Amino acid sequence: MIMKKYSIFSLLRNSMSYHENWQKNWRSPDPKSEYDVIIVGGGGHGLATAYYLAKECGITNVAVIEKGWIGGGNTGRNTTIVRSNYLWDESAAIYEHAMKLWEGLSQELNYNVMFSQRGLLHLAHNVHDLQEIGRRGNAIHFNGIDSEFLTPAQVKEMVPLINLNCRYPVLGALLQRRGGNARHDAVAWGYARAADAMGVDIIQNCEVTGFNIENGVVKGVETTRGSIKGKKVGVVTAGHSGVMAEMAGFRLPIESFPLQAMVSEPLKPCINTVIMSGAVHVYISQSDKGELVVGAGSDNFVSYSQRGSFDMIDHIISPMVELFPFTSRLRMMRQWGGIVDVTIDRSPIVSKTPVENLYFNCGWGTGGFKCTPGSGHVFAHSLANGEMHPIAQPFSMNRFNTGALIDEGAAAAVAH
Amino acid sequence: MLLIECPWCGERDQTEFTCHGEAHIVRPKNPDELTDEQWGDYVFFRSNPKGLHKERWVHDHGCRRWFNVVRHTHTDIVYGSYKPGEPAPEVSEEALKGGKK
Amino acid sequence: MTQTNRLSSGGRVNRAKTVKFTFDGKTYEGFEGDTLSSALLANNVHLVGRSFKYHRPRGVLTAGSEEPNAIVQLGEGNRTEPNCRTPMVELYDGLKATAQNCWPSVNFDIGGINNKLSRFFPAGFYYKTFMWPKGMWEKYEHVIRASAGMGNAPSENDPDTYATKHVHCDVLVAGGGVSGLAAALTAGRTGARVILAEEHAEFGGQLLSDADATIDGKPAMEWVEATLAELRSMEEVTILPRTTVTAYYDHNFLSALERVTDHLGHGNGGDLPRQRFWQIRAKQVVLAQGAIERPMLFGDNDRPGVMLASAVRTYINRFGVLPGKNVVVFTNNDSAYATAIDAHKAGAKVTIVDIRENPAGAWVEKAKALSIQIHTNMAVIGTTGYRKVTGVDIMPLTADGKGVTGQSQRIDADIVAMSSGWNPMISLFSQGRGKLRYDEKLTSFVPDHCQWANISVGAGNGEFTLEGCLSQGLAAGSKAAQDAGFGDGVVPPTPAAPEDAQGDMRILWYIPSDRPLGRGRKHFHEFQNDSTVADIHLAEREGFVSVEHLKRYTTTGMGTDQGKTSNVNAIAIMSQIRDVKIPMVGTTTFRPPYTPLTFGAAAGHAVGELFLQKRKTAMHPTHEEMGAVYEDVGDWKRPRYFPKDGEDMHAAVQRECKQVRETVGMMDASTLGKIDIQGPDAAEFLNMIYTNAWLKLGVGKARYGLMCNEHGMVFDDGVTTRLGENHFHMTTTTGGAGRVANWLEEWLQTEWPEMKVYCTSVTEQWAVSSLNGPKSRELLAELTDIDLDPENFKFMEMREGHVAGVPARVYRISFTGEIAYEINVPHRYGKHVWDALIEAGKKYDLVLYGTESMHVLRAEKGFIIAGQDTDGSVTPMDLDMSWIVGKNKPDFLGRRSFARSDTSRPGRKQLVGILTEDPNVVLPEGAHVVETVKDRPPMDMLGHISSSYMSPNVGRSIAMGLIKDGFNRKGQTLSVPLMDGSVHKVTITDPIFFDKEGERTRG
Repeated sequence: MIMKKYSIFSLLRNSMSYHENWQKNWRSPDPKSEYDVIIVGGGGHGLATAYYLAKECGITNVAVIEKGWIGGGNTGRNTTIVRSNYLWDESAAIYEHAMKLWEGLSQELNYNVMFSQRGLLHLAHNVHDLQEIGRRGNAIHFNGIDSEFLTPAQVKEMVPLINLNCRYPVLGALLQRRGGNARHDAVAWGYARAADAMGVDIIQNCEVTGFNIENGVVKGVETTRGSIKGKKVGVVTAGHSGVMAEMAGFRLPIESFPLQAMVSEPLKPCINTVIMSGAVHVYISQSDKGELVVGAGSDNFVSYSQRGSFDMIDHIISPMVELFPFTSRLRMMRQWGGIVDVTIDRSPIVSKTPVENLYFNCGWGTGGFKCTPGSGHVFAHSLANGEMHPIAQPFSMNRFNTGALIDEGAAAAVAH
Repeated sequence: MLLIECPWCGERDQTEFTCHGEAHIVRPKNPDELTDEQWGDYVFFRSNPKGLHKERWVHDHGCRRWFNVVRHTHTDIVYGSYKPGEPAPEVSEEALKGGKK
Repeated sequence: MTQTNRLSSGGRVNRAKTVKFTFDGKTYEGFEGDTLSSALLANNVHLVGRSFKYHRPRGVLTAGSEEPNAIVQLGEGNRTEPNCRTPMVELYDGLKATAQNCWPSVNFDIGGINNKLSRFFPAGFYYKTFMWPKGMWEKYEHVIRASAGMGNAPSENDPDTYATKHVHCDVLVAGGGVSGLAAALTAGRTGARVILAEEHAEFGGQLLSDADATIDGKPAMEWVEATLAELRSMEEVTILPRTTVTAYYDHNFLSALERVTDHLGHGNGGDLPRQRFWQIRAKQVVLAQGAIERPMLFGDNDRPGVMLASAVRTYINRFGVLPGKNVVVFTNNDSAYATAIDAHKAGAKVTIVDIRENPAGAWVEKAKALSIQIHTNMAVIGTTGYRKVTGVDIMPLTADGKGVTGQSQRIDADIVAMSSGWNPMISLFSQGRGKLRYDEKLTSFVPDHCQWANISVGAGNGEFTLEGCLSQGLAAGSKAAQDAGFGDGVVPPTPAAPEDAQGDMRILWYIPSDRPLGRGRKHFHEFQNDSTVADIHLAEREGFVSVEHLKRYTTTGMGTDQGKTSNVNAIAIMSQIRDVKIPMVGTTTFRPPYTPLTFGAAAGHAVGELFLQKRKTAMHPTHEEMGAVYEDVGDWKRPRYFPKDGEDMHAAVQRECKQVRETVGMMDASTLGKIDIQGPDAAEFLNMIYTNAWLKLGVGKARYGLMCNEHGMVFDDGVTTRLGENHFHMTTTTGGAGRVANWLEEWLQTEWPEMKVYCTSVTEQWAVSSLNGPKSRELLAELTDIDLDPENFKFMEMREGHVAGVPARVYRISFTGEIAYEINVPHRYGKHVWDALIEAGKKYDLVLYGTESMHVLRAEKGFIIAGQDTDGSVTPMDLDMSWIVGKNKPDFLGRRSFARSDTSRPGRKQLVGILTEDPNVVLPEGAHVVETVKDRPPMDMLGHISSSYMSPNVGRSIAMGLIKDGFNRKGQTLSVPLMDGSVHKVTITDPIFFDKEGERTRG
């Protein structure tokens, strides 16, 4: 099928025919009996993997198998923040790789993913925070990634409604101007449409129920729509990685926690950048529709319910009102939850597994959305070449045996 | 928000407790004899099941005691608490099917 | 003339009390008891707002919280509140409301051009354009953002207060209509603790809008009054009007928002909170949320004046307002006939347009008896009028209902009262993990089963007869109470409440028009977000067929009303397009909250000063007197420095640091974590917790220790002292106190329960004055009975005695490298001792110093700060502290991890000293060290500066950092490029810059 290009002209043309001639964004094919690569999981990362396999690796005999509907997991549930200002070289490399792909993604996919580089602030509220952003800001800068330090006055200028003199006064901030937001659903849909156009089969409502493994080599998957052979299988099932690993006969260094978020009612523009505060615990931005989008922390118990407990939401409201007193009279419109697969070092696993030709891409914790293009890109190349992409290599499962953790969590920990 | 039963204090809001993950992981007696893989497995790898889960909770804002809970990780139904060293309560198939305690 | 639409009698408003209010700058009058909706309608104001996307004129659609259209900005200044649903705003004197989403006014809105261009803006159009030229999106976005959004956020702080309340109850009844009241009654009679929450100001639900209903032969409202009176007499029953149960979470935890004083008007709440947020743990829940009427999906069904039939009836009977004179009732069922009859009785000219071929039965007969004209098998194909409906065009339906045929006929109308059946409100049930079932007869989803303890009753359970509601409510209350341990479960007989039976409805989800769908008038299913039936077709055409894709692509149900009036219609339309049964399309998951929840209410008291506690030490009042500048460390306020005579931090710190080493300085060290550890196995326990050896530590001796997690990484440090054979006093970092206490308990309780060790956090029991400097001994000697002779009281020892006349434990330990004493006294004596030391210290030139000087002084000695010079990736060996790792201990926490291949490899990042070539340059902490400076990033980095200060005692800047292969680089010259482009040469050194031999400490 030839993908008809979207443009202002196609929009005008279709308007004349009452929008009755738009084509399907993707087909609904029946699964073939065999694929070169099977991607399990039709979220952003899985669809991006399929797209880059087809686009850059010349492998189009690819199936994306999705239990429900594409983009229905964490892709469609996150707070849509994109940034690449990570401390460790390994993290900076993969997230910046993603950032560069983000920067041309709408054009590449011919689908407006509304990537908005409106800037992203990490606030510092105490001396330790200042040391942390100081170290990270420098590390990012000398990794070739944009970073700037702001004074409290400069923060106020960017975010006029902030309360600088809150319980933990704002002492400074780290700004990544290239950071921002994207429209999460559009990322899944855009990759799906573009991948489908190159021949990738996107198979929705098809649940993987097992792996066919012979002599330690994966041969395909069992699904609710029959068994499908695959020369290689890539599993990208955030929120259910542990369940998939169990099916394949091994364990992961992962626990699956509920993570929640909420939005306010739509408002006229009042916050024009993304603001993250660790000490006061607020992650906030405003969507194009006008909702304030606020992320909560994850619960610390394993749960697959996509819910989480109310106190996690409750615990972000007071801090939000403290840092942004103007929100007191506003209202929460909706809250929801997802499942995040969390590793001990808060870094992902993009790795081969004990089963040959079976690859896992998981453990992104709360940071998966922002790396969607980068993760898909390096995973696609790894699957195609049978060797992990250099950027992916540090994220091997083996690091939990050697001790070579990439500890983004501990680096921000507080003591003294 | 879950309702957790502390074996010493009774049922309380989840906010009084913290969960500390999978229960019954025993620290190896002979770490030096383990391979890096075996040691890594003890430190980092967890069963993380979608289903019944025995997990450790601590009553932080109460008696500060640790205990174990049997909970279903999809329904979040709690099937009972037990003190360290005690056997886990049995959960009948019927209870599981009915999604009831 | 005001209130042209107010009936001369009837309604529950207080006609004796006139209330003045303004809408969009114009002043109107209403009555006490009105809502903003009813008052606007009384004044014949139908145009209330503009829609989100097309800026189409919109008016009041409903009489409840499901209102998608009539949404306004309420109040001004610091009390302004966006997105208020007018049917839920109770009228008060001086109320000011403004229309939203329009400029310059709701009557003339420039944005209305969007409507003209609407054919270019179908669902999801923005995914297809705004991509060129590359990099322009943010510009387009700016315009899009400005035109999207709804109301305006306030820009000032909220002057009102809010409350939160945590309660337990046996039975929570959500909804105070007839079934909820009945349930509360039987539950209450058992003595169970019952909470009855009703969203509106008055109880009675549908009965408030029904002038004819009877119970036990009397007007139904008398039963309501009697029931309320009985409930009020029950001690264990809490009755909450104006209270919306907003969410149903796991384990029967529910939240509710009580609007305590909103109805009194801004600023008139007195000492009461504006709103109260209830957090309720209920043993049993009775869900009696009622039902919401469905709109008909016909052409231009969004014009002001097009309302739900039940809402029209509510305005007539409850508020005495007849919203228009020419009422067209457009229906597929009998319930709207009641509206027709009541409107007729109120004096309107009423026409019924019924899509059913042969409607029959009592209701039809009643309408006919009143000579109300009924057009059967006819469809309203469209409305006329722009800012207000002026008429409808009707046409006969084809036999299959998929089209219209024959002649179109125009009927004058200023109100269209529509009904397409009813949807039980299953939001809370669904939020609480209840599973839904599609009821073919009701054509809606109803509660099926749920894993939590709840019972759905009444219209919310698909029961639409009055007797049925009564009977379900009475039974549910009784059952819920019994299940909660109250009463015998016996249900009282249901009182008689005769009604005329309603006939079947005819389902046409989409009302055909004279033109093909999408080519003429718009059929809105989702009013607030301007989503039409054509958009659903477009979504399907493009592959967005699942309900989740549908809602995301068309934004159905994503508005502030959460799709209360739109979701089922949208699902039904999609099922028709796909030719599958409705349940196959699926249901959307209902997300909390049921109606939008005020953030301020959820925050409750935890704002401003009460947001988070500030922990202060016993000496804090003196710090205040001394003019301390504070630093937040965790929740603690710690003095950072004590400026004198307008000094800045740098000057103060230089002075403090110098003076400590010259005379004596004193720091408040009370915030350090302190844990009392006792028991016969205490030493053995510490031996496992710390990396070094503890078994042979003598009583009265202290030792420094590092703690590692099982990954082998340092996570805390401190000095622990053996107070007795089986008694230790552990200190931790300030920020790590809680973490360490939990860590100890975790191991003791879960891994080594056989160990007899007992830990108690005593951080706040001890106030600690830390004396440091060559004159500290002399100073302390002035105030203590302890023998301070260095031969008798050596470095790393503890003595008990008195200081300033109070019992004290004095530890001779040092974080500065000077002679030092940490004087621990019970908290209540802390200030006394501190003050006494200040007084006695005068002749020794005592200086007070804070955390900043403490940092400098310890850095001069190369002492680490866990969390600053370590980051969770650092082993003791990386810190060049192999000496503290017990070589002969068989095991301790983290030990095995040291041997892993990466952890044991050479060349790891290691802690070293770093000296700049220019001694006056103080490198910023966080700067990175490189071997080769390049013109521009990226550059390979070796590590970072973790601590960096100007040291007055070394006489130059000093720094420490974690550098790759640092130990082997000592003596090497490397570079530190800064972000401003400058580069500083540095030499890698040993990290001890002052008194390398440690003579001073032991002196």
